[in-house]
Amino acid sequence: MAESNITTVSGTGIPVRGNDIDTDRIIPARYLRAVTFDGLGEHTFEDDRKQAAGAHPFDDPRFADAAILLVNNNFGSGSSREHAPQALQRWGIRAVVGQSFGEIFFGNSLTLGIPCMVLSADAVGQLQDAADADPSTAITVDLKAGAVSMADLSFASQMSEAVRESLVSGRWDALGELLGAPDETRKVHDGLPYVAGFSG
Amino acid sequence: MRETLLDKVWAVHTVRELASGQTQLFIGLHLVHEVTSPQAFQMLRERDLEVRFPGRTFATVDHIIPTDGEARPLADDMAEQMFVEIERNVADGGIKFFDEASGRQGIVHVIGPELGLTQPGMTIACGDSHTSTHGALGAVAFGIGTSQVRDVLATQCLAVEKPKLRRIEVNGRLGNGVFAKDVILHIIGRLGVHGGVGYAYEYAGDVFDSMSMEGRLTVCNMSIEGGARIGYVNPDETAYKFLRGRPYVPAGAEFDRARDWWGGLRSEVNADYDDVVALDGAAIEPMVTWGINPGHVVGVSQPVPDPAQLDGPDAASAVEALEFMQLDTGQPIAGRPIDVAFIGSCTNGRLSDLREAAAVVEGRRVAAGVKALAVPGSQRVREQAEEMGLDEIFRAAGFEWREAGCSMCLAMNSDKLVGDQMSASTSNRNFKGRQGSPTGRTLLMSPAMVAAAAVSGEVTDVRELV
Repeated sequence: MAESNITTVSGTGIPVRGNDIDTDRIIPARYLRAVTFDGLGEHTFEDDRKQAAGAHPFDDPRFADAAILLVNNNFGSGSSREHAPQALQRWGIRAVVGQSFGEIFFGNSLTLGIPCMVLSADAVGQLQDAADADPSTAITVDLKAGAVSMADLSFASQMSEAVRESLVSGRWDALGELLGAPDETRKVHDGLPYVAGFSG
Repeated sequence: MRETLLDKVWAVHTVRELASGQTQLFIGLHLVHEVTSPQAFQMLRERDLEVRFPGRTFATVDHIIPTDGEARPLADDMAEQMFVEIERNVADGGIKFFDEASGRQGIVHVIGPELGLTQPGMTIACGDSHTSTHGALGAVAFGIGTSQVRDVLATQCLAVEKPKLRRIEVNGRLGNGVFAKDVILHIIGRLGVHGGVGYAYEYAGDVFDSMSMEGRLTVCNMSIEGGARIGYVNPDETAYKFLRGRPYVPAGAEFDRARDWWGGLRSEVNADYDDVVALDGAAIEPMVTWGINPGHVVGVSQPVPDPAQLDGPDAASAVEALEFMQLDTGQPIAGRPIDVAFIGSCTNGRLSDLREAAAVVEGRRVAAGVKALAVPGSQRVREQAEEMGLDEIFRAAGFEWREAGCSMCLAMNSDKLVGDQMSASTSNRNFKGRQGSPTGRTLLMSPAMVAAAAVSGEVTDVRELV
């Protein structure tokens, strides 16, 4: 399994402003008509980008090499499509920092080793402004400390210990662990009333 | 401690606690469709893993399937390839597949309850956010991503954190012309599209006690639109009556034993909740969305709100929403012209939804210039509707009567809005671009309200027509 400990993620930032940016907007449904995740990266935010007519940050050459996506409230709400974080990852995003996230998006991102860091609205705004002002300044997401920093800015992130632990210990892709309990799994299966004909 | 249904179901399905603190949770029923599963099967092949409990996974095709009767092979190469892929995967995996030839094909969240696959006390997962639907029968059901589909196929388990629990009590009686869809849109309007993140919702109170199972399916379906990955109603006589006689539900003495177990799963009186919200059912109007998420919603008698006056949870995106929707603050939502009427989806594609819409449509004509679609949620729903003559009512009024599928809810087949068309839709998401045109606009409503809009050509209070 290609897992590794994720203790820090560093790179430049790209601000995508707006609340409730759902997964349909991150990757429109027409790109789910495929049997692989290949090639999704170039279609990230495609409809928003078209409507912004070149003014979307994903079309701004200053942010072309960014790795840390800076978003606002309820990012990734809606559809469960893993295609959304798959598209972001293929575009080059390795961590997302925002005020809050849709729950399924958050979990899908974690499974791909993309931490979603929760900061206050004010902190997110400062990071977005700073990235806009100087796109070349690196941002560091420190999972061990649970903090996000950029030049002289530094903010503590709220994060569940289970999520933080799974990233720093390299267990963010759960399959390896889940495979490790075949006997216990069989026992639970056999004991379920609806499996056992409600005979217990 | 007095336990809730969530506590009891979680405990029965817990395999172990993982080092991270997450639960390894056994999944009793896994549902698969063609869009979010091909990569998961491929990941299994790459790791030389097999489907661990093939009898606990069931598959169908719903998202990309044409609803205009097009035969295989489909002219759309990509859709055809996705069909071929799921056929190969279910054959390799030994998984029961409800394809069109089975006569039981349909939207995954319609056929699960319809076949009795969905039962109280199960943990249910599917690579689809509207898996919350199945909670209507007292299951703990939630949507997952494709890597988690892989996890369930390979281990029948998921690594998850137990959510907090919010009890949403709606008491009183619903008015005439007010349906389950209005209730859930009202709840989302109050609590916001992000309000349920981290929570499961338990729906309780007079309104849900007296609601039909199909209504409860509509409510639980849209839990995720309020941010809650799980929504459920405690199992009761309505559930048992719904379940009895369905193909995958035990019969005879086994049904009686099952009912005893199901009944014991109900949340205890005065159980511990992380939050309780009480709402008045009598105050709920037929609802209409005006914006770009389901929290942007008003009663049909209300004007389009002023973003500056909004203080609710979804106020922040209101300016962007009005601009996209081309609506003006202060104008009544009633009277807004529509171009398309869509009746269908996992939210409102069941028999009662079609019946409620047909009752409004009967003896009327779809307004000039409006394209109207009625799309049953499953082959079985379609058959039953035809036995009742609903297809004739829809056709006579000028609706297109389609085959079963997701259709224009998310427009992965050829059913799409064009340009900035305005759609009155019984689906679940009014997101930008959701119905297939990047600039297409969606007004979410109940089936009766969409029917009223279809025959009037504009948003109309259905209470004026019945």
